[in-house]
Amino acid sequence: MDLVQLQRQLVDYRTSLYHEGFLDEQFTQLQELQDENNPDFVVEVVSLFFQDSERLLNELSKALEQQIIDFKRMDAHVHQLKGSSSSIGAQRVQKLCIVFRNYCEARNVEGCLKCLQQVKHEYALVKTKLESMFQLEQQISNAGGSIPV
Amino acid sequence: MVSGNSASSSSLSMKSDEDIVNNNNNLRVLVVDDSPMIRKLHDMYLKKFGLKVQVAENGKQAVDLFHFGASFDLILMDKEMPIMDGEEATKELRTMGVTSMIVGVTSLDSPNEKQAFMEAGLDYFFTKPLTTDNISFILQELNKKNNKN
Repeated sequence: MDLVQLQRQLVDYRTSLYHEGFLDEQFTQLQELQDENNPDFVVEVVSLFFQDSERLLNELSKALEQQIIDFKRMDAHVHQLKGSSSSIGAQRVQKLCIVFRNYCEARNVEGCLKCLQQVKHEYALVKTKLESMFQLEQQISNAGGSIPV
Repeated sequence: MVSGNSASSSSLSMKSDEDIVNNNNNLRVLVVDDSPMIRKLHDMYLKKFGLKVQVAENGKQAVDLFHFGASFDLILMDKEMPIMDGEEATKELRTMGVTSMIVGVTSLDSPNEKQAFMEAGLDYFFTKPLTTDNISFILQELNKKNNKN
């Protein structure tokens, strides 16, 4: 694939992520912060988001395996995940966290279990999408091209 | 003081980017948040405005910095943090006589929790994530405050 095609593919892919609700305006703000002094800023922030999310999802899984479920602690974890997902523009994950918090407040175990599965699924999806996007960007850079805005 | 949830500023946009950075060169900011991702994000936002940024991982670290003689013009304080949360840290700093502008930045949903955090001694409160408009507003207010003193 030539450079122009790669660049077009990236633009289309990125547009689709916004269109399908995977990303929102906050991700655009992240991209606008990146400059020649900090060329890997977006990748670095998103990597931190991945680390944070995986830790929190593990904590939530463990919490729901306990005999006595600590809903308050679970709510704190979901609250953190909501905060970090909204900070990078991972809209679908953020919206599910709002639902999850409602189930925590209602002390609804079934609801929490179901929500956790949904959050894990959405997180895995957005992670794959972002990684694919970064790979495309890398291909363009390797081919000597500039990343279209 | 009243929270500035969706405040925006247009007067700073009249200046050139260089003017904005030069105006803010002497302002020191402390970002207090337990999330490495949020610390990195806010650090970048603030540096774009020409600010000198230091970070702390929790409320206790922030309070200790002041105990050891550090001073900051602006503190961005998260609410939910281990060891000492933002509300407690804010109360502690105000009791110590700290007059820096303290801006709460969190993804709290409950109005009661927001109210309690404001009453701890915040000057303003914003929901996460901060936007460039939020920061413009904060800096405008900070410059007004510094001009009065």
